[in-house]
Amino acid sequence: MLLGIEDPWVWLAYVLCIASALLCVVWGFLRWNREDAVEEPEAEIRHWAEEEDKVEEEL
Amino acid sequence: MPSLWMTLTVIIYLFAIGFLGYRGFRSTHTASDYMVAGRRIHPYVMAMSYGATFISTSAIVGFGGAAGVFGMGLLWLTFLNIFLGIFVAFVAFGGRTRVMGLRLDAHTFPELLGRRYKSRFLQGAAAVIIFVFMPLYASAVLIGAAKYLGAQLGIPYETALFIFSAIIALYVIMGGIKGVMYTDALQGTIMLLGMIILIVLTYKSLGGISASHRELSSLASMVPEKLAKGGHLGWTAMPKFGSPLWWTLVSTIVMGVGIGVLAMPQLAVRYMTVKSNKELNRAVPVGGVFILVMTGVAFVVGALTNVYFFRTVGKISIAAAAGDVEAIIPMYIKQAMPAWFSILFMLTLLSAAMSTLSSQFHAMGTSFGRDLVEQAIRKGKGVGGVLATRLGVLIGILVSVWLGYELEKQFGKEGIAIVARGTAIFFGLCACAFLPMYVGALWTRAVTKAGAIAGMLSGAFASLLWMLFVHEKESTALLLCNKLFGVRSLAIRMVEGPEAGQMVEQFIKHGKIIWAFVDPLIIGLPLAIVVTVVVSLLTRKFSEEHLQRCFGAPPKAV
Repeated sequence: MLLGIEDPWVWLAYVLCIASALLCVVWGFLRWNREDAVEEPEAEIRHWAEEEDKVEEEL
Repeated sequence: MPSLWMTLTVIIYLFAIGFLGYRGFRSTHTASDYMVAGRRIHPYVMAMSYGATFISTSAIVGFGGAAGVFGMGLLWLTFLNIFLGIFVAFVAFGGRTRVMGLRLDAHTFPELLGRRYKSRFLQGAAAVIIFVFMPLYASAVLIGAAKYLGAQLGIPYETALFIFSAIIALYVIMGGIKGVMYTDALQGTIMLLGMIILIVLTYKSLGGISASHRELSSLASMVPEKLAKGGHLGWTAMPKFGSPLWWTLVSTIVMGVGIGVLAMPQLAVRYMTVKSNKELNRAVPVGGVFILVMTGVAFVVGALTNVYFFRTVGKISIAAAAGDVEAIIPMYIKQAMPAWFSILFMLTLLSAAMSTLSSQFHAMGTSFGRDLVEQAIRKGKGVGGVLATRLGVLIGILVSVWLGYELEKQFGKEGIAIVARGTAIFFGLCACAFLPMYVGALWTRAVTKAGAIAGMLSGAFASLLWMLFVHEKESTALLLCNKLFGVRSLAIRMVEGPEAGQMVEQFIKHGKIIWAFVDPLIIGLPLAIVVTVVVSLLTRKFSEEHLQRCFGAPPKAV
């Protein structure tokens, strides 16, 4: 009986929840400063952002 | 009686949120500011906003209550929520969605799919699915919040529903929608704090982690006969493999909701609002921990309420709550937690509801205005989206409130049962209709326009028909099957009972499969995948030029 839980399928879920959250933490910190391989052109970003502002404005 | 403090705190909180939404952030923090002027949305804000949108009152109160009935097996849903809903969603889907959204100048989920597959019909149809079915999901969230608000403040449900809806409407109109990721982040922080305190106080009062789990295990003999017959083996064990409860837990609760999250329109748009993939990577740790603390805590505490109620009133939770699953968590908070925590938890739930609702109404508004009216109906000619978008938001709010009010009045408990299925129905439908072509859009050049449309329609119709006529939970609530065929699900046969002339229900089975308990997702998603693949193989591919626009030019050979 692990953690007071009888069914291995349930404690596996309990442990996997914590493990997957840890995976998220480790992944994020390892890639904290990694830049994108390819940056999108500035013009494309500008155009997208302006259009997005218009969408928000409509609301 | 509610304390003066509680009422005061709630009023101050609502004003503060409303003020933040109205003043500070909308006017100065537009998308252009972030993306062009080099300002960045802090990854904490992005992840908290995503998480607060993802987690609604029904995730905490509804599914937490379900954990009070089913037990800790629900933690498989938490695992999927973190692994698929955060890790896979951000790392795999997020980056590609963001880049493709930028290349195709897409600003809503239907727009992304419509432009990727060069189909206004697809964009319009996806918008219709969102606009028609999302109010059901929004209504489930509204009802959850109104019920809790009503019970805590000692006002009738209807009054609470109208007050809360009016506040939400005001909040949305004042600008508290997507632009205000900061209010979402504040709400997320309150949620995080509330749930961390909840788990610490619960484990502490029940004697520690292992001890409380052991005590919960020892309650297995207390499982009521009806649940035991359905396959319940205790609150720290999975239900018996292949039993009705096993099918409900695994296919509907864990897989239906756990997989559905990958194709939720209101979540997918959030990937597009960050400046680079680096922000998405940085948001992963915050998101993972947030979901663990939200659903993980709700499900563990939900299951452990059985120990508390058994100790205090000698009953298991569902018996103590007189059969009302959604009442388990609120009752536990009220009885087991200190008074100050009730106030914090109330804010936690209000935050959860508001952040989810605001993005739901945002998605409904843009689906109606931008995707349906502007693109599908007017064929992209002329604008006129402003009025239509605002009308979309208004209709969305009105329909959601109406569903919450009228269904109960018209159909009593059965009406509420329909809305209570709202979250599951919407998640299942999104997964079946959108997931295959969304994956196809991001990862392969082989899915064709016809393949995407055929896959979406077959997935949507298969899951709708399965809900209307087979999956017992929805088909019973939606009443149509009974009206047409005289039985609440086509997977139920009426056979002669032990007494003469008596007819009893018998579930149609094939091996371990009890069809009435198999979730629509298990049927609709594989079907949609097969249809998408087969039709794509048989129909005309996209031109290289279009694919290059979507995916960018292939890397040059070295």
